[in-house]
Amino acid sequence: MTDIAQPSHTGAPAMPKKRSHLQNLAANKSLWRGITAIAVFLVIWEIGARWDEWFGKEWMIPGIGLIPPPSDVFEAWLKVLPKPGYWNSWYQSLTRVLSGFLSAMIIGIPFGLALAVNKYFRDIFFPPFEILRPIPPLAWVPASLIFWPTNEMSIAFVTFLGAFFTIVINVVGGARTIDVRYLRAAQSMGASQWDLFSKIILPGTLPSIFTGAAVGMGITWEVVLAAEMISGGGTQGGGGLGFFIWNSYMGGSLEQIVVGMISIGIAGYLCSSAIRMLGDWFMPWRRLF
Amino acid sequence: MPNLNTRGALSIRNVTKIYDPEGVNVMAVKDCSMEIAAGEVCMIVGPSGCGKTTLLNAIAGFHSITSGEILLDGELLCGPGKPKADQGAERMVVFQHGALFPWKTLAQNVAYGPRVQGRSSKAEAMEKARDMLAEAGLGNVTEKYPGEVSSGMSRRAEIVRALINDPKVLLLDEPYRAMDALTKSIMHESLLETYDRTKVTIFFIIHDLEEAIFLGDKVHIVTTRPCQLKKTVEVNIPRPRSYQTQSSEEFRHLMEEVNEAVHEEAIKAFQAGERELA
Repeated sequence: MTDIAQPSHTGAPAMPKKRSHLQNLAANKSLWRGITAIAVFLVIWEIGARWDEWFGKEWMIPGIGLIPPPSDVFEAWLKVLPKPGYWNSWYQSLTRVLSGFLSAMIIGIPFGLALAVNKYFRDIFFPPFEILRPIPPLAWVPASLIFWPTNEMSIAFVTFLGAFFTIVINVVGGARTIDVRYLRAAQSMGASQWDLFSKIILPGTLPSIFTGAAVGMGITWEVVLAAEMISGGGTQGGGGLGFFIWNSYMGGSLEQIVVGMISIGIAGYLCSSAIRMLGDWFMPWRRLF
Repeated sequence: MPNLNTRGALSIRNVTKIYDPEGVNVMAVKDCSMEIAAGEVCMIVGPSGCGKTTLLNAIAGFHSITSGEILLDGELLCGPGKPKADQGAERMVVFQHGALFPWKTLAQNVAYGPRVQGRSSKAEAMEKARDMLAEAGLGNVTEKYPGEVSSGMSRRAEIVRALINDPKVLLLDEPYRAMDALTKSIMHESLLETYDRTKVTIFFIIHDLEEAIFLGDKVHIVTTRPCQLKKTVEVNIPRPRSYQTQSSEEFRHLMEEVNEAVHEEAIKAFQAGERELA
């Protein structure tokens, strides 16, 4: 049962040559499948949207009404790309999402851990939490518009709520389902309360924290967009991708509506990728699964 | 080498444990007494769900006892006035399904005890952990996470994690249960090797009778719930034992003796189950 020295492979066939990053990317089958799928989707969309144009009204596919074809959407996109207003919408929505999401994380994680760890805290704060939790974030919009002095603050508040409840519930669930064997083992080895918290409960809860964050991020986007539409983008705040869509709808620009929608899709994808990367970084032991 | 087998004598005296969830008294252990000498490998055999783990939990300090007392080297762990033993590094448990922290590498896992006890600096603890893992044949996986290694390796690492704390007693709750026969035999060999090196007292809950005789100095057969000592079989086969031991006349004889006692209890346990259902 001693270590077996690694035999040196001097005479053995050489290791596969190191490939450049780009070459790796080109050889990535999953990437190509993804690209192909999106391309096929776009082609079908284009055909569906241009059907009546090509074959005449009498050949229209039943159930399909007015859709802008992707080529027109792309054109509309190229038109808005250089405009600062479009990027400002990105910036505003992103800032709202991130501020709501981060404050929900900063308040929600300690709050959830306290609920999980301390019985007194749980007895006091869990019942009100559970009564407030089922209220959908959007139901808070009118009240928070009245309560908060600025539109921007009420949007931030509603966004915060969207992520907060999800994150807290996940943290509580994660922390309370940590296997008792880990706690017992740690205590047997002489762990103090603080060691138990920082070295067992916290890392044991991390997977649930990231699950909560991923779900919470999705809800945050939903809430921000809806809040932007309802508040009309706000008099002082203004803009945002939600308002961009609403504005395009009011202006009757079908293509721009779709541009707004796809922009949100991309923004949401970027946000969840960021969470995944953070998760991998924080939980190296989970990369194996 | 200091004579280590003067420590780790465990006395279980008239221990009774009654669980009382919502007024339903369940007697898990009843008036159970056992003497385990220092440096002895003591195997506990009995029907499933009979209260063996309850006994182990009481020794480890995870659960309280209702009456009786448990002493380690003459010192009271729990007894009258102190129903629950303190958890301590001199009694290390290796759990049924393994309890290595998944978020720590094997070396970090092993170094955990010395770290939290403040016995040594992080670097020292890690160095010692790596040395001990290497000694157990795990030198090339010290920086891997438990999820990356086989169950056999992680269970062996768990025993190393227990041993680094220099325990007086090792409490094993069927740690090799889910393993295939081949891996299990390797685990047993390495456990015996570890025992020869440390002479630590071993309290081992096990189901397989053959394994119990092969590993143990004594086999304690306990009754079905409530758990009580039914019979103690001494295994006087000299160490080191090899797998040829298992085909010897002596071994076969012991096997019969243990089997008879266990079988009686198994039938009782089975019938008790039948009554409950009827």
